[in-house]
Amino acid sequence: MTAITDLGIAGLRDGFRAGDFSAREIADAFNGAVAGAKALNAFIIETPDHAIAAAEAADRARAAGELLPLSGVPLGIKDLFCTAGYQTTAASRMLGGFTPTYESTVTAKLFAAGAGMLGKLNLDQFAMGSSNETSAFGNVVSPWRRNDGGNAALAPGGSSGGSSSAIAARIVPAATGTDTGGSIRQPAAFTGIAGIKPTYGRCSRFGIVAFASSLDQAGAMAQDVRDSAILLEAMSGFDPKDSTSLDVAVPQWEANLSSDLKGKKVGIPKEYRVDNMPPEIDALWKQGIEWLRDAGAEIVDVSLPHTRYALPTYYIIAPAEASSNLARYDGVRYGLRDLPEGANLQEMYAATRAAGFGPEVKRRILIGTYVLSAGFYDAYYTKAQKVRALIARDFEEAFRQVDVLLTPTAPSAAFALGEKSADPLEMYLNDVFTVPASLAGVPAMSVPAGLDGQGLPLGLQIIGRPLDEQGVLNAGLAIEQRAGFTAKPQNWWAK
Amino acid sequence: MSVDAATVRKIASLARIAVTDGDVEAMVPELNNILGWIEQLGEVDTDGVAPLAAVIPNHQRLREDVVTDGNIRDKVLANAPQAEHGFFAVPKVIE
Repeated sequence: MTAITDLGIAGLRDGFRAGDFSAREIADAFNGAVAGAKALNAFIIETPDHAIAAAEAADRARAAGELLPLSGVPLGIKDLFCTAGYQTTAASRMLGGFTPTYESTVTAKLFAAGAGMLGKLNLDQFAMGSSNETSAFGNVVSPWRRNDGGNAALAPGGSSGGSSSAIAARIVPAATGTDTGGSIRQPAAFTGIAGIKPTYGRCSRFGIVAFASSLDQAGAMAQDVRDSAILLEAMSGFDPKDSTSLDVAVPQWEANLSSDLKGKKVGIPKEYRVDNMPPEIDALWKQGIEWLRDAGAEIVDVSLPHTRYALPTYYIIAPAEASSNLARYDGVRYGLRDLPEGANLQEMYAATRAAGFGPEVKRRILIGTYVLSAGFYDAYYTKAQKVRALIARDFEEAFRQVDVLLTPTAPSAAFALGEKSADPLEMYLNDVFTVPASLAGVPAMSVPAGLDGQGLPLGLQIIGRPLDEQGVLNAGLAIEQRAGFTAKPQNWWAK
Repeated sequence: MSVDAATVRKIASLARIAVTDGDVEAMVPELNNILGWIEQLGEVDTDGVAPLAAVIPNHQRLREDVVTDGNIRDKVLANAPQAEHGFFAVPKVIE
């Protein structure tokens, strides 16, 4: 029999409903797995009490015949979502000990749907990073290892690296993530799981610690496409508390899953064929094209001419918005305060922010402050917003010809911790394939598609039209069914 | 455009982040490396292009002008590093 912890959302939900196990048995199994996997450093805090309380409520609901969509399912929650009564840190010293008195809309929806919380998952500090190495709570380690016999600790991707590591290690069945420039998709690709960033505005940003508000979107990370659809459905929906929330109905993504792509057109953007792309990734991309053709889709070559400007555009806009958003950390209302002897108010602000923010966060605040400063605003920020309009227009034009786009998710498999942390620019380049869809606000997902020569997972990315998460999920399902990705990391972490 | 140590100190002061001489020395080349890279946007012809305001078309909503929140002073103050007599407390700002 399959162990409970090998099951994903659909397996747990359906098994629980069928009476194969109780919700309490599920919660106990995952709480045990979480407690035994400290070597991954995937969690900042564990919340077994929350998972157990939700499980007991689910068992009562089953007895009463009042099941909710996620009754019996425990989840990991990225520590960027405010959770009432449970510490929320954004992996920064600045918010050490911060215990929200309110609930983020996304977690409120998940808990109202019956889900429990196993703990708060580690991440790059304020979601700024691609490897989890900027966390103030130590980096998350990927459960995967290269097949070269070495034990090099690998990056789980970032910023949602606690989420990706925990799902790949089967210590949580699924988790929330957030994606500003690839923070769901790149870690999903690195760890052999599925992850979807929906259309900007699908999920409420209320109660999510803000990084770059015009880009930040919550999304779902899970073992497979079906679980991603179930979780995203429960997270999405209009929220008057977020001024950019979209007032549109949430489709039944799970019920409408179909891997039959007859009549669909899949675009292959030539600008994603970058220099120095490992041949294995290029080969996997070609394989993905054949899989989608096999599913009935017509393949069309398309051009997104401004692709190469997406990263520099992002590294103006995201730091600019971050410098503004993070101005709130002043040592007065919440979080850290550093008050040197005899310091005045201004000195307290500066000391607090110097002590609370990590180096990458400071770097981005300084870049953002510079590009928004008098005399430079038009040359940097306004210019970037114009190029962003051109990038969005590229996607609009492509989606006049095709239904979805297929690309690799990342330009490499997982790299070793420490390998790229010396040069910030080299780290930024890892998001080359994920940032354009973020700038355009369109939905995109990564699905596991194969292993490289070192035995590490590689992902393919599907990008869709605004509000067409269904098209993205369906193409993802077509790839998933043909890729037959069943590889799992060897368990070296359990105690 | 590139930044020198004085500019980095000025930006850090605007951002209210205390920096040491060592910090500034390390940041000058790092920031110049990043700024030099983003300057490639200068190649893009953006004449007549309006800066993007919203990625997904949305309308600005208005709500009824009524009180929807409040009377939660203790919750608001719950995470303050220093709260006194129902207020946030800060170092003296008026001499």
